[in-house]
Amino acid sequence: MRFVKVGIVVFPGSNCDRDMHHVLTEVFHLDVQYIWHTKPVPADMDAVILPGGFSYGDRLRAGAIAAHSPVMGDVRRLASDGVPVLGVCNGFQILTESGILPGALLRNESLRFMCRWTSLIVKNTWTSFTSKLRMHQRMPVPIANGEGRYHAGEDTLRDLHRGGRIVFQYASGDMNGSAHSIAGICNDGGNVVGMMPHPERAVEREINPADCRPARMMFESLIEEVAAIKEEDVEDKWEGTPYVEP
Amino acid sequence: MSLEPSELAYLESRLGRSPGAVERHIVAAEWSEHCSYKSSKKHLRMLPTDGPLVITGRGYDSGVLDAGDGYVITAHIESHNHPSAVEPYGGAATGVGGVIRDILSSGTRPIAILDGLRFGDASADPKSRWLFRNAVRGIADYGNCIGVPTIGGEIEFDKSYRGYAMVDVAAIGFGRRDRLIQNRAEPGDAVMLLGGSTGRDGIGGSQFASDPLETDEDRSAVQIPDPFMEKLLIEAVIEARNAGVIRAMKDLGGGGLSCAVSETADSLGVGIEMDASAVHAREPGMSAEEIMTSESQERMLIITDADDGRPRLEGICARLGVPCSAIGTVRADGIMRVRMGNGGSGGSGGSGTVVAEMEAGVVANARLLDLPSTKPAYLEGIESYDHVQDMAVTGGASSDSEGHTDTLYRLMTSPNMASRAWAYGQYDHEVGIRTVVRPGADAAVLRLDNGRHLAVSMDGNPKHCYINPRNGAMGCFEEACRNVVCTGATPAGMLDHLQFGDPTDPEIFWTFMESLRGISDFAVQAGIPCIGGKVSLYNETAAGPIKPTPVIAVLGLTPGGGDDGGSKGGAALQGGRPAEGDHIVLVGTTRHEMGGSEYYEYIRGIVGGRCPAVDVQESRRNSAAILGIIREGLTSTVHDCSKGGAAAAVSEVCLAAEIGCAADLGPMPRAERDRDMPDDVMMFSESHSRYVAVIPDRHMARAAESLTKSGARYARIGRMGGERIIISISGSTIADLSVDKTRRGWSSTLKDVMHNDA
Repeated sequence: MRFVKVGIVVFPGSNCDRDMHHVLTEVFHLDVQYIWHTKPVPADMDAVILPGGFSYGDRLRAGAIAAHSPVMGDVRRLASDGVPVLGVCNGFQILTESGILPGALLRNESLRFMCRWTSLIVKNTWTSFTSKLRMHQRMPVPIANGEGRYHAGEDTLRDLHRGGRIVFQYASGDMNGSAHSIAGICNDGGNVVGMMPHPERAVEREINPADCRPARMMFESLIEEVAAIKEEDVEDKWEGTPYVEP
Repeated sequence: MSLEPSELAYLESRLGRSPGAVERHIVAAEWSEHCSYKSSKKHLRMLPTDGPLVITGRGYDSGVLDAGDGYVITAHIESHNHPSAVEPYGGAATGVGGVIRDILSSGTRPIAILDGLRFGDASADPKSRWLFRNAVRGIADYGNCIGVPTIGGEIEFDKSYRGYAMVDVAAIGFGRRDRLIQNRAEPGDAVMLLGGSTGRDGIGGSQFASDPLETDEDRSAVQIPDPFMEKLLIEAVIEARNAGVIRAMKDLGGGGLSCAVSETADSLGVGIEMDASAVHAREPGMSAEEIMTSESQERMLIITDADDGRPRLEGICARLGVPCSAIGTVRADGIMRVRMGNGGSGGSGGSGTVVAEMEAGVVANARLLDLPSTKPAYLEGIESYDHVQDMAVTGGASSDSEGHTDTLYRLMTSPNMASRAWAYGQYDHEVGIRTVVRPGADAAVLRLDNGRHLAVSMDGNPKHCYINPRNGAMGCFEEACRNVVCTGATPAGMLDHLQFGDPTDPEIFWTFMESLRGISDFAVQAGIPCIGGKVSLYNETAAGPIKPTPVIAVLGLTPGGGDDGGSKGGAALQGGRPAEGDHIVLVGTTRHEMGGSEYYEYIRGIVGGRCPAVDVQESRRNSAAILGIIREGLTSTVHDCSKGGAAAAVSEVCLAAEIGCAADLGPMPRAERDRDMPDDVMMFSESHSRYVAVIPDRHMARAAESLTKSGARYARIGRMGGERIIISISGSTIADLSVDKTRRGWSSTLKDVMHNDA
């Protein structure tokens, strides 16, 4: 295990930040810290995660206000510098609202909030978060969103296709009306991934009714990539990070 | 919104003078039925509140259970029936918000919500659909936004709720025992109000909820939800708790500041002097009585040290974006004193006019009533009805074997028995990553930080309670326990919610007393303490009162540590999946108890018959037997046998597993007096304390040995397998359904009902 430092950005109304923290520390034993949205991202972060939730209560549009938080300047810079950035659910909405990823997330076709377990198809294995997954592999994960229908113009969709930047598709086809059944996409460099489903809810066997290995591979991919960048093995420096207070 | 003449006279006698205008408003809010429990409080004392895991609180708004290893579970239940009946979205949403703050106020983080919803006949009545759709949306929008999973509950349709909505919300909290709020205060401490601004919404809400609902005109008494503010408030309170700056805390609910300030002062044995103009208000020009009785949501009263605590608390609030004002000071004199100054005085000095000055103990303690009760006339002879005799007289068939396939299909796809996925699919039931057993099972199960598991179930049965309020209420309690037992957890505590019509009607009050006695009897005999509860009265519309609707939530814990702790406990909880060839075992005694059954009411349109009665000895024996075989790892799954009887329970196992079965009800254990039951009674009687256990062939011998040793009555009734649900009695098939077709109907019923006018 390499010593990987991950920052979880917390906006007012984020509510999956603690779940992500639990998974990164308790399951993957990474060095994790919260970054309040008005603060800069510390210089030594190996990766940044924008967690799910209802930043600003989804006012205006999901993610629209958070996209203008001070921290997003740093996130934008790190994204263009090639640092791994993962946006989950509301985090994905914030990435599209801030223009770091293309397209938009609209109200689900059913006009209802949808929470259910589903299965994704892996369509890209060269991002920072999918390198250890296999092409066309199935990944069981839950979705939980009201505005999860991916939408983009024809040109953008064509670019995504040609660039291989569709990372995940819903296996069931018509989940919520998403264009091309898109569940997740990445940027040109593959270091920024946004997805509506919640991988952090799928990595522990006890709470995953299907198979937790594919979702685990997302985080293993990140760890491997960071480890490859950082040459020194610092496993013995590991001191552990306590689970956040209940 | 005013005091009864007799209450006014009582207040004058306590004060020794005539109360002022603001004082009258404050007392009227606090002495409403909703806040004071004046009709019920004397009688609620019969409920046992002590148990091995109960941590007796310091006036918490929620019950506290010891979860082991220094952790505690907190739980509370509330309803928001009146507001939800006029404005279902806001009513249901603020119902969630209120009970979440009860959990928060003990110093624990909310980790789960369960909601019990009841409406009129949604298939027939567009208004019931409107109420149902918007109540679900309100719960979803609120719970999802604050990041607390909605993990269970119940949904029921019954004509007695026509034009009305029953929205019960239970919430669960988790935290460290050493961080529970101590609830103490010293003179000079600062009284702070955190959260949303105080506006003109919900004024008089508690009195509104204490009268029968006549029209929809009282919309202004309904509060406006702001889940985003609630989420910020949760984080601010948890951070303040961690910083150790909270000396005492109370959430603002019914009765607003009137209730929170008087009850806090009374329970802490101190006085509070406050300045109403220091409260951060939503609009200018609000009067003192409006500020004191507003039920604006997302507010919390916190008492903190004035020198050190106050600035630290203000700092936390400023950083997290939570409005906060210092509204008063703790005094030693036991007086609740309200000034109305020019604003910004912080309530610390003597500025402003005194508009209320009363002993907190007088305000917080309404005169308790001892209402008369009489057995309702409608109950006379209601249980002696028996369709078998009825049919013999009229010459009809008591049991139509041709029709049982159709009957069972209609039952399984009826709105009261079909899949609830349409509703819970709108709730985030995963956030918090604790949900091990999801909505749709007998009880929801959450994992706790110490490796133990918490199972929770919420159950009501107004059909049974209408026919026999005592046996019905006891049955709800036992059913909730059964559901918890099905997961392998031991019931540890109970929340009761007693919902009835106008208590001043002696017949209604009799049903209240009978239900309470039934719950109390079971609690005492089964050794399951009441850790919290709520009473909701005046649930009436112009069309009349609701059926008696006690709802019971039971919390259970898996054993801690040792061989049974950790993830192994989790494996037992989820069980395996039933497989082809597994044995089906029915545990418990079947009796001729058809009163209030789904079969009688939904299929045959009969209201009457003998209401199922709980035999506490058998209940204890059977639950111990089931826990035994679950914990020995001998079961694929265990399902509770309740609505729709044995035939429905077996069918539900098949629908969940997507495997058929062949089950013969002939050998089912039955009561001596009910040796000869017609087929439909065997299939659909709703006798309590029964379970369907599915046991793999390789474990059957050990399971049989274990069950026999436990003394529970049981019978092997068949095996899982095939694609059809085949139910027979003593060799002859009486019902034969396709799993696939029944499952499709069962899955789509609610969706279809709700799309009638979507």
